[in-house]
Amino acid sequence: MTPKKSRILVIQNLVIQFTLRGRVLTAIRDISLDLYKGESLAIVGESGSGKSVLMKSIMGLLDKNGSIKQGRIIYNAQDLGQFTTEQEWLGIRGKEIAMVTQDPMTSLNPLKTIGKQIEECVVMHQGLKGKEAYEETLKLLTDVGITDVKKRYKQYPHEFSGGMRQRIVIAIAIACKPAILICDEPTTALDVTIQAQILQLLKNLQQKYGLSIVYITHDLGVVAKVADRIAVMYAGDVIEVGETHEIFFNSKHPYTWALISSLPQLGSKGEQLYSIKGTPPNLFQEINGDAFAPRNQYALKIDFIERPPFFQISDTHYARTWLLDPLAPKVDPPAALQAFFAEGRSYAND
Amino acid sequence: MTDKEVLVEVKNLTVVFGKGKNKFTAIDDVSFHIFKGETFGIVGESGSGKTTIGRAIMRINEVTEGQILYHGKSIQGKIPKDWDKEITQKIQMIFQDPMASLNERAKVDYIISEGLYPSKKYKDEADRQRKVRNALLNVGLLPEFSSRFPHEFSGGQRQRIGIARALVMEPEFIIADEPISALDVSIRAQVLNLLASLQQQNHLTYLFIAHDLSIVRFITDRTAVIYKGKIVELAETEKLFAHPLHPYTRALLSAVPEPNPYKERGKVVEVYDPSQHSYDQNPPSFVEIEEGHFVLANEEELVNYRTSLKMEVNK
Repeated sequence: MTPKKSRILVIQNLVIQFTLRGRVLTAIRDISLDLYKGESLAIVGESGSGKSVLMKSIMGLLDKNGSIKQGRIIYNAQDLGQFTTEQEWLGIRGKEIAMVTQDPMTSLNPLKTIGKQIEECVVMHQGLKGKEAYEETLKLLTDVGITDVKKRYKQYPHEFSGGMRQRIVIAIAIACKPAILICDEPTTALDVTIQAQILQLLKNLQQKYGLSIVYITHDLGVVAKVADRIAVMYAGDVIEVGETHEIFFNSKHPYTWALISSLPQLGSKGEQLYSIKGTPPNLFQEINGDAFAPRNQYALKIDFIERPPFFQISDTHYARTWLLDPLAPKVDPPAALQAFFAEGRSYAND
Repeated sequence: MTDKEVLVEVKNLTVVFGKGKNKFTAIDDVSFHIFKGETFGIVGESGSGKTTIGRAIMRINEVTEGQILYHGKSIQGKIPKDWDKEITQKIQMIFQDPMASLNERAKVDYIISEGLYPSKKYKDEADRQRKVRNALLNVGLLPEFSSRFPHEFSGGQRQRIGIARALVMEPEFIIADEPISALDVSIRAQVLNLLASLQQQNHLTYLFIAHDLSIVRFITDRTAVIYKGKIVELAETEKLFAHPLHPYTRALLSAVPEPNPYKERGKVVEVYDPSQHSYDQNPPSFVEIEEGHFVLANEEELVNYRTSLKMEVNK
């Protein structure tokens, strides 16, 4: 990818806070992130790292007790962070930015035929009526790989399997020809064989419609399959961002190392699998320095005092860790991880 | 590998749900055995019947046909009271969802000792408390936690409580039904390590039911692949991953994404099409194709599989 790619969505210094029983929780701590046109960006992190909150803020779906305290979300020269009315959001949500959720069992209306549910979006956002809308719906169903569409149009969600339902959810999401598609754990609830099919479908649709896709996931296997770039989140902050191979085989932040090391593929049988000690920080408290420092065996003194800036590793690869400071002692990743890096890079030339 | 003691033997197990028109065969003539001290994995997609096998061994689901032997003795139907009591204690289960499998209204102390009360496996109150304490320490939780309620714990901690509840009965054999699917990546590693170290300490045997093959590969010694109620292939885990024979096993293995973007880009996912078999004229049987490697195939396919095995050795 050339660095000159045009940016479709720009997040600048975003801070999101929630108020819970009078206490303030900072879920997103000063994040800046770009989404390029036509790319697949994967946001990776544990539960509670803020990846879903970040995406909800882009869709205007934050819970009532949460608000954007600082920063901007720029799409199409508009600052989405300034939106206050539902009316403003309706022009963006679904139309420009659509979402595929995790659980296809609960995201469809069980009382309506799936045809009607897709047509609803076609009528509302594309302004088609009657026969035209019907034809468009059939076309969408074909696009997401459903056969015998005329019969399927009249069926209810319970008549479909999990994988088929996820296809229908995707059909609804792309019904309005959005520019950005957010997939929140799109395959977690599915079997591996079905997962492979759905991921392939999303890739095909991305090419066909020129979609920019954001994947939110914690499955690094899925990430390896679909993503062009990866942003790693920890405790409400993006701590490392780069192209997929850079994060997998040349990551610099100790948290990214830890995340990759805990993959069962890196363990050998009969030995302990690497696991991260301790627990994520309490987001009700103010975090000084690097949020990962208390769990980080490579932590420096400064990690507890000052938040690290983004250090540039390549044109596309940045990491927020003091270890990259020229004055910091040189630290190598764990041996098992170095072997994984080396093995992975050996495929690069194939 | 040959002199191992067989702990659990499942012979021609068939489980049928419903009657007449609504009859559904969940498990169709499945046979396998589990050695003492090993981790035996069952993988398959949802609806393949992997959980039903586990539940049949737990005696939750009734067996329609076939036999399940534990230490060579039958465990289903009419059995002596002592034996019934013993296996109730010796076979324990760990459930998938730690959010749903703990009684929300009971304190951890009660949850863990619930199995102890009816089996009278403790001398006095002090002994019971000591057992609960030890079980908690064993799974890496603090004994003070026994006075708390499940909602005060995180997912990983709850799963540990679920494991402690199984351990307190001093079992020999634990059925773990997707014990880590509901957990976060970093927590998964912790629970897997815990299961492995407990196995060494207490000489446990595991039946590990899962759909995530990367985890199965890491933890199990032998693995059975199940498709629509039938075991299609069974072998030592490494062998199964190195030389999968049955097309369904191959499809399943190819569908698992690897954490390597270079490999994933060019990968073609195999799709399993059950109509490729000509089982109408030539019914399949479950055959040992090489030592310890079983596959479901008919004569014609066996010939192919044998040649492909030779090919792979020559490489």
